[in-house]
Amino acid sequence: MALDSKTTEFKYIGTRPNRPDGLDKVTGKALYGADTFAPGMLHGVIVRSPHAHAKILKIDASKAMAMKGVKAIVTRADFASDLEGDDWDLLENVMAGDKALYDGHAVAAVAATSQLLARDAAKLIDVTYEVLPHVTNVDEAMKPDAPVIREGAANYSVPEGMHPNVVRHTEFGHGDVEAGFAQADLVLEKSYTTEAVHQGYIEPHACLAQMGADGRGELWCCTQGHWFVRRMCASLLGIETANLRVTASEIGGGFGGKTTVFIDPVALALSRKANRPVKIVMSRSDVLRATGPTASASMDIKMGMTKDGRITAASGVFRLQGGAFPQAPIETTTMCAFACYDVANVHHVGFDVMSNRPKQAAYRAPGAPMGAFAAESMIDELCRELNLDPLDVRLKNAAKEGTKASYGPTYPRIGLVETLEAAKAHPHYQAPLKDNQGRGVASGYWMNWGGETSVSLAISEDGTAQVSVGTPDIGGSRASMALMAAETLGIPYENVRVNVVDTGALGVNEPTHGSRATYATGLATIQAAREAITKLCKRAADKWGIDADAVVWEDGCAKPSGPNAGEFPPLSIGEIAAEMGSTGGPISGHFEATPNGHGGSFGTHIVDVEVDKETGHTSVVRYTVVQDAGKAIHPAYVEGQFQGGAAQGIGWALNEEYIYGSDGRLQNTVFLDYRIPVASDLPMIDTVIVEVPNPGHPYGVRGVGETGITPPLPALANAVAAATGVRLRGLPLSPPKILAALQSKSDG
Amino acid sequence: MKYHTPHTFEEAAGIARTSSGTLRYLAGGTDVLVQMRADIMTPDDLIDIKHIDGVKTITKRDDGGWDIGVAVAGAEMSEHADLCADWPGVIEGMDLIGSTQVQGRATLVGNLCNGSPAADSVPAMMAAGVTVSVTGPNGVRQIAVQDVPTGPGKTCLAADEVVSAVHIPARGDHGGDAYLRFIPRTEMDIAVVGCAVNLRLDRDVISEACVALGAVAPTALIVADAAKALIGTTLDTDALAALAQAASDACNPIDDKRGTIAFRKDVAGVLAQRAAKIAYSRAKGA
Repeated sequence: MALDSKTTEFKYIGTRPNRPDGLDKVTGKALYGADTFAPGMLHGVIVRSPHAHAKILKIDASKAMAMKGVKAIVTRADFASDLEGDDWDLLENVMAGDKALYDGHAVAAVAATSQLLARDAAKLIDVTYEVLPHVTNVDEAMKPDAPVIREGAANYSVPEGMHPNVVRHTEFGHGDVEAGFAQADLVLEKSYTTEAVHQGYIEPHACLAQMGADGRGELWCCTQGHWFVRRMCASLLGIETANLRVTASEIGGGFGGKTTVFIDPVALALSRKANRPVKIVMSRSDVLRATGPTASASMDIKMGMTKDGRITAASGVFRLQGGAFPQAPIETTTMCAFACYDVANVHHVGFDVMSNRPKQAAYRAPGAPMGAFAAESMIDELCRELNLDPLDVRLKNAAKEGTKASYGPTYPRIGLVETLEAAKAHPHYQAPLKDNQGRGVASGYWMNWGGETSVSLAISEDGTAQVSVGTPDIGGSRASMALMAAETLGIPYENVRVNVVDTGALGVNEPTHGSRATYATGLATIQAAREAITKLCKRAADKWGIDADAVVWEDGCAKPSGPNAGEFPPLSIGEIAAEMGSTGGPISGHFEATPNGHGGSFGTHIVDVEVDKETGHTSVVRYTVVQDAGKAIHPAYVEGQFQGGAAQGIGWALNEEYIYGSDGRLQNTVFLDYRIPVASDLPMIDTVIVEVPNPGHPYGVRGVGETGITPPLPALANAVAAATGVRLRGLPLSPPKILAALQSKSDG
Repeated sequence: MKYHTPHTFEEAAGIARTSSGTLRYLAGGTDVLVQMRADIMTPDDLIDIKHIDGVKTITKRDDGGWDIGVAVAGAEMSEHADLCADWPGVIEGMDLIGSTQVQGRATLVGNLCNGSPAADSVPAMMAAGVTVSVTGPNGVRQIAVQDVPTGPGKTCLAADEVVSAVHIPARGDHGGDAYLRFIPRTEMDIAVVGCAVNLRLDRDVISEACVALGAVAPTALIVADAAKALIGTTLDTDALAALAQAASDACNPIDDKRGTIAFRKDVAGVLAQRAAKIAYSRAKGA
């Protein structure tokens, strides 16, 4: 499965055909989560806690149940009671037990014959709460007098004497940081914070569930990974996995937030109780209040640098709150923070802290942007004080093949230096700036992922091919798989149809997450195609009466491997397929594995901002993304991923944030106040695809989806610092903060 | 919920009089329908006023002023060249509401009667001296726009009264108006501060002025001291400084998710200066 192919002169790979799912999506024919209906279908509505932290004393559903049209009401008692560990946490989040742990936490659900009836019934479910003190800020949650979210949630890793809200701890590094700081000409130590932000997918969670009296279930839902959904739902409902078949709808964005479940087990439980299909569609407020935002972070960074820009040592303490559950991604935050650099002396400490917020969910390079914000802001601060070019300093310290990574392993072939060189050579980096404008740069890293993968490829009678994959198509992966299958088989792109199939059709597939689909599903598609080619060659060999070993596959045809094999005209895939019924039966290829040759992707971003110094308003006037794709299978969709990562990172940096009131309730539960960038907020985001092949993929593919959200946070902060002369170490860089900083600078 | 389609404003007011539950009027629906969908409010009586004659027309009066029907959408106003030439500030306020799609439905009256302190069209209408006709049980009365909002989500209208027309004064000579708002993004957002300036010149000297602020108090407000700072000046540096001070001083804002008190006060002054400069240059015919 290693890189075993030419990496240039491809026939199909690297071209930009239309995506096969495009027409259906732009004409409205594509079916998303909320687009299916079943006879006798009920509508489910979830009752949510208005309190940030409260004991649930009593749930009286009698008035609701008495309403005409109400068919079922479920509470925690309707789910499995014997769960532990992650499954218990998952259930606790899906349906509260003894306590409501955050504003929006589900406490009950009702199914009725119409959406309006269900909504009215939900209001009649009478929940008696005893309101408890709450905490939503990570630093506050660690203080001795902070309310305890859950006693006994901490695991073995937490040092003694810490507050019970600190539930996990990590500490690692290498070298001697004190000795490293002693070698530096300048050592800075600063604190940084990032706010929780939401993935902000356009499509709210939606599902249609059917559970029969026979204990068998069908679920249609919007997800990044339906095998994950199957396992989680089966566990929470206490049923066998194979008795639940899950079909993934088309998906209107996920960004990591749709790799877990919220409403699906509830719809199944309601359906099981009502013995009718149940549909649940979340509102935007439900999505913002009760589905996964990111963790928020509070970080202390200390870094030393010599006058000529060599980083001598780096250390960081990273405190993340991931809601009322132990799950904040401290591992990836610490792993990625200094991963771009060859630093001899490095030390990381991470704390996972619980608070009264929703359970954090994965969001595009989960954990990495926070650490990058702190570390890459610090590098910029050092560069400014030492009057050094920030790209030169990054080049001087850049990790490369053979570098011992900040998080331990030795890097194989990687492409950071190439992205830095391309950024430095880009016209953007030399372009003049106007008044009130500033330029920032930052680099970032994501290690990417392989994961369980199973793919089947079948040859049709006319020599076309159908590929069955288990990773939902979020960013154009059907097109990428079709290109890789076409390249391998030597047939036109249009002759390959890729289907995302249900859980009944393949073995386990991990979700489309970890930037893994083009890498892992692609690798499996290539291997499945190669298995089919072996069979196709065998049919030709049998026909010609020669050894299968003496047949090669070129340009979609079986050919004798050389003069010694015999003189036979090539047999095309169409000719072989037309006869396959009588020459041995259907021809297909299959591949399944947990590939682990995924290659990390580095990126470097350049951004110019203009700051209105009277209002603190920041405009992004120019943006360039440079990132290593390994091999860009479909360059347009690689560029789309680069641009999407930058756009989401710009939002995180400038205006997005979870705002809680003193009552612990989320204040901004609609897009009017949860300020995702709109199209007119962004310039055309320029992209440069660097291709340093991944040694672990046949065609050199790395993942590209996640790295792109890592550099924007510090790049924007660095640009604002350049434009204004004031350094903001807390996100978002919202106008009130920038204006206040400018005023205190002029006062001081 | 009962859905009504009266053919006169008197009929609409009559339905309102007999309604005992939650009542809403439906013109563009860009607030009402959203609130219904979000389960914030479900009216018992929904009165659709779009079936009343004249609600979709823009008419220039003999005195040079304008009558705007209550169901005229923002897009219809911003595509009306003569109206835009007379009252660019009023158009700016209306045009900033929502998206292109929302502009196809949203109305001045809806924006006014929704009662939001941050309503974009309201400061510009106040500065321009716009009035509305209100139809109720005792016939029709005229109310200045500045008197309509009484608090967040509240208006001075009685339960059985309905706004039946909008009246914009004649522009007259040497006048200009402008509206600016501050939002962290570029569109699809709600004003953190809004400021409208309407003024008239006698040669280069400002002879009449009105300054109105939005989103900095429980209702949009007219700032008399800000107008005083402008009148009799040529918008020189001192006048601009006095204007900004008066605007900032008039603010009585809150700290909330959209902005801080200090930020709103500062930015009110900045926007007042910027809007005054635009209005001044428009009055000069630039």
